Amino acid sequence: MSKLHVSTTVNGDSVEFLCDPRETLLDCLRDKLNLTGAKEGCGTGDCGACSVTVDGRLVCSCLMLGVEADGKDIATVEGMAEGEELHPLQQKFIEYAALQCGICTPGVLVAAKALLEKNPDPTEEEARYWLAGNLCRCTGYDKIIRAVMDTAADMREAS
Amino acid sequence: MALDDQKSVFKFVGTRPDRPDGLDKVTGRAKFGADVSAAGMLHGAILRSPHAHARIVKIDASKAQAHPDVKAVVTRADFSDKVPFKPGLAGEFWNVLENVMAGDKALYDGHAVAAVAATSALAARDALKLIEVDYEVLPHVTDVDKAMAADAPVIREGAADYSVPEGLHPNVVRYHESGHGDVEAGFGEADLVVEDSFTTEATHQGYIEPHACLAQLGADGKGELWCTTQGHWIAQKTCAALLGIETAQLRVTASEIGGGFGGKTTVFIEPVALALSRKANRPVKIVMSRSEVFRATGPTSSASMDVKIGMKKDGSITAAQGIFRLQGGAFPGAPGDMTAMCAFAPYNLTNVRQVGYDVMANRPKQAAYRAPGAPMGAFAVESVLDELCNQLGLDPVEVRLKNAAHDGSKASYGPTYDQIGLVKTLEEAKAHPHYAAPLKPGQGRGISCGFWFNHGGETSVSLALSEDGSAQLMVGTPDIGGSRASMALMAAEVLGIPYENIRVTVADTATLGYNDVSHGSRVTYASGLATIKAARHAVERLCARAAAKWGIPEDAVKWEDGCAVPSGPNAGDFDPLPLADITANMGATGGPISGHFEATPEGAGVSFGTHIVDAEVDPETGKTAITRYTVIQDAGKAIHPAYVEGQYQGGAAQGIGWALNEEYIYGEDGRLQNSIFLDYRIPVASDLPMIDTVIVEVPNPGHPFGVRGVGETGIVPPLAAIANAVSNAAGVRMRDLPMSPPRILAALKARDG
Ligand code: FES
Ligand code: FES
Repeated sequence: MSKLHVSTTVNGDSVEFLCDPRETLLDCLRDKLNLTGAKEGCGTGDCGACSVTVDGRLVCSCLMLGVEADGKDIATVEGMAEGEELHPLQQKFIEYAALQCGICTPGVLVAAKALLEKNPDPTEEEARYWLAGNLCRCTGYDKIIRAVMDTAADMREAS
Repeated sequence: MALDDQKSVFKFVGTRPDRPDGLDKVTGRAKFGADVSAAGMLHGAILRSPHAHARIVKIDASKAQAHPDVKAVVTRADFSDKVPFKPGLAGEFWNVLENVMAGDKALYDGHAVAAVAATSALAARDALKLIEVDYEVLPHVTDVDKAMAADAPVIREGAADYSVPEGLHPNVVRYHESGHGDVEAGFGEADLVVEDSFTTEATHQGYIEPHACLAQLGADGKGELWCTTQGHWIAQKTCAALLGIETAQLRVTASEIGGGFGGKTTVFIEPVALALSRKANRPVKIVMSRSEVFRATGPTSSASMDVKIGMKKDGSITAAQGIFRLQGGAFPGAPGDMTAMCAFAPYNLTNVRQVGYDVMANRPKQAAYRAPGAPMGAFAVESVLDELCNQLGLDPVEVRLKNAAHDGSKASYGPTYDQIGLVKTLEEAKAHPHYAAPLKPGQGRGISCGFWFNHGGETSVSLALSEDGSAQLMVGTPDIGGSRASMALMAAEVLGIPYENIRVTVADTATLGYNDVSHGSRVTYASGLATIKAARHAVERLCARAAAKWGIPEDAVKWEDGCAVPSGPNAGDFDPLPLADITANMGATGGPISGHFEATPEGAGVSFGTHIVDAEVDPETGKTAITRYTVIQDAGKAIHPAYVEGQYQGGAAQGIGWALNEEYIYGEDGRLQNSIFLDYRIPVASDLPMIDTVIVEVPNPGHPFGVRGVGETGIVPPLAAIANAVSNAAGVRMRDLPMSPPRILAALKARDG
């Protein structure tokens, strides 16, 4: 099958790649752009490990085709920190031990960032429902939820 | 080691510093199994049996082979034919080989039968469709009780080992019996005897990272393997045997690991990728899909159990007996022996008898899952205890305290306990505000204790000091949940240099001696002990350099707070010499300074926990909500308490999934019905409450700092604690897991007659 040319923006950089129309955005990020921060935990939209934002909207990149990324603005975990400056969520996740194995972490961070941009003052329940699409098998979510809630409080104070 | 030698005042241990690999893991930089590639790399894909049990009559791969994108096809013939078949677990390499690539028969839905390597992942997947397999479908069995019945199809003749008594079905491949006292006499002394039967379904470890590897094997028999694994030395040894190459010629590097919980202690795709690479003479990467993970990698055993316990009116247990039948897939290995040995281990019993069966069925080869076998037995035993307490009107914590094993008790499985922490966990439970909190209507509370042995295992650690006084520590146990941090803390404690000055690396198989798998809750215990000893070894050498410099005997120098100091008659004669001052000149004073430790430490120290759970059952839908959860567990000594809490919380969450939702569902055709996360539903954030933890610290005499492993015990009590909470909420005893809404509705209906 002949490949299609895609131009898009990833974490602010313009990029181009050729992809098979069957390849997902996740495949393209990982295999063509070497951005392996987003993970494939399921490939069926159930685990959230592949979470990225597309034009600011949180999506499972395993459910979107690479060709659909043409002309869009993609953000991945690799773009979360500003240079050496970690995003407050990244900092807090380390401090709270909100990761054990860390495979879910990129997806959880991208999803949590999208939550706080939409709702800077979530209740615990809102945070739990927002992150219900991000499976974590290691932590029992306790420290993840605490890290997100505490980051939200810090960011509100700072703004 | 006498307890007096044990350190109990700490500077670094017990603090909560940022983990050394934290930055890599929050920025997406950390390299997990599927995150690498190589020049000229091919992609592998595996063809799997759609049948639960079938003879493989013929495999015709000619069309696949002829395709220009396909560079290699392998079947069983491409693996070593020198791996001997032996009964039971004696021939485990053969069992693994048979699992990794089917021989004469496909033994379960998802069993690998052939594999291809092609120029892209899509091309490899497409090429699988070109392989034609002729199957002769055979009768199958997936249920443990049915697999033991006289008319069950035989999965493999000759698989039973010496332990199995005469007259059992050939699918029963191992047998365990132990205990002490006279149970019949004990039941005679009881005021109440409760006997009941229980079942649990197979669950999957559910790590979020699927198996992935990148392999290169040349015609010279030298290979490189990168894979996500809990133990790269066992991967090395197993792959070498399956491919017929020398162990030392295969270098295995462990990637960052995205969860394992026991499921990554063996190999699945790694030997296949190596075989494809050898044939294609190019690197081959294989990444499993989630559905392959469910269909072909280690779920737990399913279990069918009968438990009988006698009790006096005052709550003392007079006798206990359990029969535990575990199904472990089409291979020996179901941990019926472990289930039996752990089931009554928390209690100090005069009369106890336990029997365990290892049974084969047409399912994937079971793999370890956190305290393998123990949660099922605890579910049955602690449910019967709860029933006895209910019927005799006794407090469940008091009854457990009354019967609890303590220092010097003879364990149900034989040995005599050293210093243990069970009583302390029960006392903490009794005193915890959770235990006194009122319940709302429709809610029930459940209690359970749990036990796990813990494990030492073969361990090598190496520590090298740098000129500037920093240290590099090489361990061989993959870091599954923050172990780099705990290793660095322990090394810092001994060396007396800051935690940040120590870099911990998980070494590959070519750069360190043999290390067992990260399993058995052994990492903080065994790699930790080895780290401490390696650091002490380096300290001895540092002291020797100081002694030489000062011209005093080596034993007149001691190590304090990161400095060599003269002691005894020489005390105060010289200024303390900091580590960095010694290393600065080490090239000229005798060469590099390193410390090593290699051993198989035996004092892992058993561990106990007690869980308190509140559950609320919706009588209309049958759905259960866990409203409050408290984990109390003995850690011996918590090196990095945040990661200890994380282990407790994670174990509880997995237990909640196992108790309420998770199960392998097989159709009449023997095919797995729910091989994606949508249908095999693990707990999500909105399913769970916060999980409170209490870390009890009763030092393990077998570790220099008192550490006991904490990874596994946490999954032992939840099944029973939740079942007791649900049973108490619903007013009906729940005997079968998972307690899914339809099951609960049926139980409620039966209760109301
Ligand atoms: S990989 Fe996309 S949701 Fe799981
Ligand atoms: S930390 Fe392992 S899956 Fe979340």
